[in-house]
Amino acid sequence: MDAPQTGEGAHIGKSVVIKGELSGSEDLYVDGNVEGKIELRNHSLTVGPNGNVKADVSAKSVVIQGKLDGSVNASDRVDLRKSAVVTGDVTTQRIAIEEGAFLRGKVDIQKEAGKAAGPAS
Amino acid sequence: MKFFRSSSNRTAAPAVPQKLTRRSSGMGEISRLLNSEEGLCVLDLGSTSASNIRFFTDKGHKNYSEDLLHSSLDAALRIQDVAGNWVVDSKTFMEENLVYENAQFDVVLCWNLPDYMEESLVKPTIDRLWSIMKPGGYLLTFFHTRDAGPDSICYRYHVTGTDVLEMQEVKFAPPGRPASDKRSPRLQRVFNNRHIENLFRDFASIKFFLARDAIREVLVVR
Repeated sequence: MDAPQTGEGAHIGKSVVIKGELSGSEDLYVDGNVEGKIELRNHSLTVGPNGNVKADVSAKSVVIQGKLDGSVNASDRVDLRKSAVVTGDVTTQRIAIEEGAFLRGKVDIQKEAGKAAGPAS
Repeated sequence: MKFFRSSSNRTAAPAVPQKLTRRSSGMGEISRLLNSEEGLCVLDLGSTSASNIRFFTDKGHKNYSEDLLHSSLDAALRIQDVAGNWVVDSKTFMEENLVYENAQFDVVLCWNLPDYMEESLVKPTIDRLWSIMKPGGYLLTFFHTRDAGPDSICYRYHVTGTDVLEMQEVKFAPPGRPASDKRSPRLQRVFNNRHIENLFRDFASIKFFLARDAIREVLVVR
């Protein structure tokens, strides 16, 4: 279950359209349309199955079930679920890609000093 | 060169997608390069594959994915020529795909792309690959032999070992068809060796590996 429980983070519903820069210090679930930039630093971003994000994303972890057009920079991990459609470069320590996910772009695994990068699965 | 234009009856595909494996001499040679050098740029032109991304990034290389066959089937690329025939807009295709800096890639994995891609896109694609590859870079591609029929299954390839590829049937919705109407792309033609050599004539060298499964592996050095 990727949708946050009540009180566990911000939720952008599927009828919401946002243009601009989003930043925050809590987890974010996007099931609507976001265009611009998303910066969550130490928190996670989940793009829901109805989500359509056209933005460069920076977060601790990123889970994508919907559509994302832009670069993804995750300090911890990226999960591309089977319905994910991603166009852009991904930079992270670990990446998991489900069968059926679509990625068009570069994957650059940045290994943290002293740690091995986790595998794509 | 043998072209396949007419349709033919197909047998029903199995309900569960089958995954077969094959030994790949070409992949073995590329693996030796990947194991001996660091920070290489690898361009995978097949369907997004977690296995491939893991294989390359675990070795410290950068993996670029671009599913060129899928992109070539975009209905928006279909235009009518002056005679009213439906053709693929190769100019737009090349403007929207393989857009990279010159001499960027050390390794390009073409897989079986030239055999299944629309005829008008093959030469421009190979020319573009020449431009975006580094001198000395490796390109691996597979060509069917004359023993293959037009209904030869189109596979995607997952690298599961140094010279082992897992093969999985590819299915796409043809242009203009609903997304649910997925079919295996048809083999467009069979290149003979002379056509293959002409296709890659600007490259420095070309090496053929023959296999038992009606496939010729071709390893080309830029």
